[in-house]
Parts: sequence; C-alpha cells; structure tokens
Amino acid sequence: MTMDTITAPEVGGLDFGQPVIDADISVSVPKTEALLPYLDAHWREYIATSAFRGAIDGSYPKGAPTSALSGTTGPDGSPPGSSLAMVQKQVLDAWNVEVGILNCYYAVDGLHNPDTAATMAAAVNDWLTGEWLEKESRLRASIVVDPKIPAMAAKEIERVGGHPGFVQVYLPVQSEAPYGSRRYWPIFEAAQKHDLVVSLQFGGSPGNPPTGAGWPSYYLEDYAAQAQIFQTQLLNLCVEGVFDQFPKLRIAFVESGWTWLPSYLWRIDKDWKGLRREVPWNKMVPSEYVRERMKFSLQPLDAPPDPRHMQMLIDELGSDDLLMFATDYPHWQFDTPAEAMPAGLSETQRRKILSENARGFYRL
Amino acid sequence: MGVFNVNGSYYALLNRCPHRNAPLCKGPITGLVQGPEPYKIELTREGEVLHCPWHGWEFDITNGQSVFNPHRVRAKSYDVSVEPAGTANATGEAADEPDPSIETFPVTVEQEIVVLHIGRSKPNRLPAASGAAPASAKE
Repeated sequence: MTMDTITAPEVGGLDFGQPVIDADISVSVPKTEALLPYLDAHWREYIATSAFRGAIDGSYPKGAPTSALSGTTGPDGSPPGSSLAMVQKQVLDAWNVEVGILNCYYAVDGLHNPDTAATMAAAVNDWLTGEWLEKESRLRASIVVDPKIPAMAAKEIERVGGHPGFVQVYLPVQSEAPYGSRRYWPIFEAAQKHDLVVSLQFGGSPGNPPTGAGWPSYYLEDYAAQAQIFQTQLLNLCVEGVFDQFPKLRIAFVESGWTWLPSYLWRIDKDWKGLRREVPWNKMVPSEYVRERMKFSLQPLDAPPDPRHMQMLIDELGSDDLLMFATDYPHWQFDTPAEAMPAGLSETQRRKILSENARGFYRL
Repeated sequence: MGVFNVNGSYYALLNRCPHRNAPLCKGPITGLVQGPEPYKIELTREGEVLHCPWHGWEFDITNGQSVFNPHRVRAKSYDVSVEPAGTANATGEAADEPDPSIETFPVTVEQEIVVLHIGRSKPNRLPAASGAAPASAKE
C-alpha cells in the first residue's frame, strides 16, 4: 500500500450540466524506458549503458499531501497521471471534459547539458503526441522545452508547433532569469508565430532558490514560495515589454493560484504610475496587460471559508474572463469534487470559467 | 496655483494633485520620456512634464493631462494669456479699470502681465475616480 492511498481523498468527478474545458491535467513520464521509442539510437544506447536516467527531478514529491489524489496511482504502480486509460476515466469521463490540456513537467530545465535537455524535451513531446494526442481526440498538450538556451527552445517549438494537438508552450515558473528578459524572446516569437499560448507553470529546477531570501529548508516553503515567483514573472513580463513586442502573444499562469491577484495588481498599478518613465514602452498599467492578454487556471483555489469573500475576490479581479476551469488532476487541490468550483457564481461567470474563457484563449 | 513658462508660452495648473491633493507645483519638471518600442527610450518635450512630489505622477504642463491616463486623470488647468501692461477685467480681457474681483498673478514679462482665466478652467478629473472633487478655483 502506498502512502497516498492512506492520506489523500479519493479521486472523483462531477457533471456541471455542461461539458468543461480542463486547462490543467498533469501527466508524467512513467519511467525513462517510456521515452526510448522516441529517442535515437545514440541516446537509447547511452541510457542503457550509463547512469543517466533522464530528467528525474520533480516538483511533486510522492506522498506529499499536495501531490496526488488517492486512486491515481496505476495498478502496476505507475505514477499518477501517467496512464491514458486512467486520465480518460478519472478526468475526461468523470468531469464531462470536452477538451483537456495536458501539462507534463519533465524537468529538462534541471539538465545542465543543453543538448541532452533538448533531446529529452523532444522525446517527451513525441511521447505526448504518440501516446496521448493521437490516441484521444479530447486531449491537447503543452510543448515541453528547456528554456536555458532560448534559441534551442524556439527550435523545438518550430518543430512541433504546427501539430494541432499542441496549444501551448510549457515554461516552469522557476527560471534562471525572469522570463520577460529579452534573452527569452525567441520563445515568445516562436509561440506567437504558431499562435500558441505560453504558460508559466508551478515548479522548476533552474538551480536558483525559489525565494529571494535564499534556499528554504522544507517542501512546505518551496510550495508556498511559488506564488511570489509567479508575481515576479507577471510584472517582469509586463515591464520588459513582452506584450508590447509581441502584440498577439497570450500568457497563461497554470497552478499559480490567483487569489493574490487583486492586491498585487493594485500595488503594481499604483507604483507603475509614478515609475512608468523607466518603462515608457508600456502603453497601459500592468493590470490592463494582464486582463487583455493573460488567463489563470482555477486551481489551486485558496478559497476563503466564507463564500461571500470568494465572491469579493472574484469581483476584485475586475474581469470575468481571467479564470479557466482546471482539475489539476492528479494533484490534490480539493477534497470533494464540489469544491472544484467557487460557490455563488452567476450563470455567466460559471459558463466562462467552465469552458468559454479557455475556448477563446486556446482557440479550441 | 502654478504658472509655467514653457519656451515663452504660459500655462497654469492648480497646485493640487488630483490623486491625493499634494502640492503638485512643488514637484520637479522634466521632459516626457517615451518608448516607441521596448528598451528604446526617447526624451521629448523637455520642460513640459510636471511630477507630483508625492507619488511621481506625471502631468502635461500644457494641458494638465496625466501621462499615464490622459483622458481620465488630469490636474486642473487654466487658460493663460499675456496682456499689455495695465489692467484686465474678469473675463481676462484688457480693460481700462482694474476689476477687484479677479486675482491676478503678476510676473515680469517686459511690460505685460499674465492673466489666469480661472473662470474657464478645463475639466479636472472625470467621474468615478477616487477621492473628493477638488474645490473650484473660481471662488
């Protein structure tokens, strides 16, 4: 018996009375051998004869009560989110999913050899295509790239970006430098060219600590630190002029949480007004770029106990167009399926969050 | 109220920032920093931008418009004309006799005076912004 079967609630589902678009289904490469069919002879031999096992870092340690719902580990012990059959049953069918977007955090950003990282990223993308996208028409996926050398990441986007199953580029939110930096612009350029969303997602292995205060000691700190990394990235994308430079680019924050948005947007708008001459290419306050060009996956919800307070938070977002429903399967973000959506939404808000915001954003 | 001489043209702004009523005219005067594209900075319109000393909001001296949101946030601005030395009446036009009801703000410009047309102030701040509406300068 594994740890997660003891501690985590059972995986479940709910029919909201309409098909939903699930903006965040986390999938995992079950084991390095799964990628062998998608690697060339050299790398197959290298893996067979060396200690190299691929990018084995992870942001979701087994047994942590944030990582996986009970019942998501495969009968053969395969890790949660690694089986198409289980995703079909536990997500696509259980939640009446019209389209589900697969996000695979395969830690190529933690591989220090950029050629190895690019090779493994390409193998994961071909694995996603071969094992998931071509076997299940309800699925779409995010392109795995190693952002370290952005020109190489852009090349991978060029290689697979034309496949209709890929709707997004996956960047781990923890980065070597803030993503607005012009060094990363080749990634945004390639994404814009292929009409792909660029997503920043929970986690990452860039070698930097997850806080500006240095390395914390515990996973709890690493987990909780992610929100401030997202905040840093959000403002950096605005002020470095990414939205000005790439007028059609859309950015998603996935598994970022979003209840921090109202206070954070207020703060950066306020201070931008006095400091905008540092960044005169910005044509509007940061929150306007966010509302025009960004969306956020719904989970984790960080719901306050009183539903009225949740409604206040949603009102404070200043837009009904920002949130996209997400189960974040197989991660444990809610104890019962009913908690997957905030209470007290209007019909319009529900419909937008459940499907329409993501439909327009991802061109589904 | 502050009267500004920008390359020989005169402009007047109420000494009150529409944000938090700070003494706007005590802030520094700069040019307008513009960025036609990311990382490209151009300094234009030197001497035409006033910064609030409290939060740094920038205002176009020539019309009171804020730089960050010109159509919604403005400092109160007044028409100014330069009249021959002597007197001006309440409409700002030169008159034979001084009108005691008008406040004038003399500056030394050859033999002329700068007249603030305070009865013709431009709109200050459109509704729905925060804070109390500034008192009219007309009184």
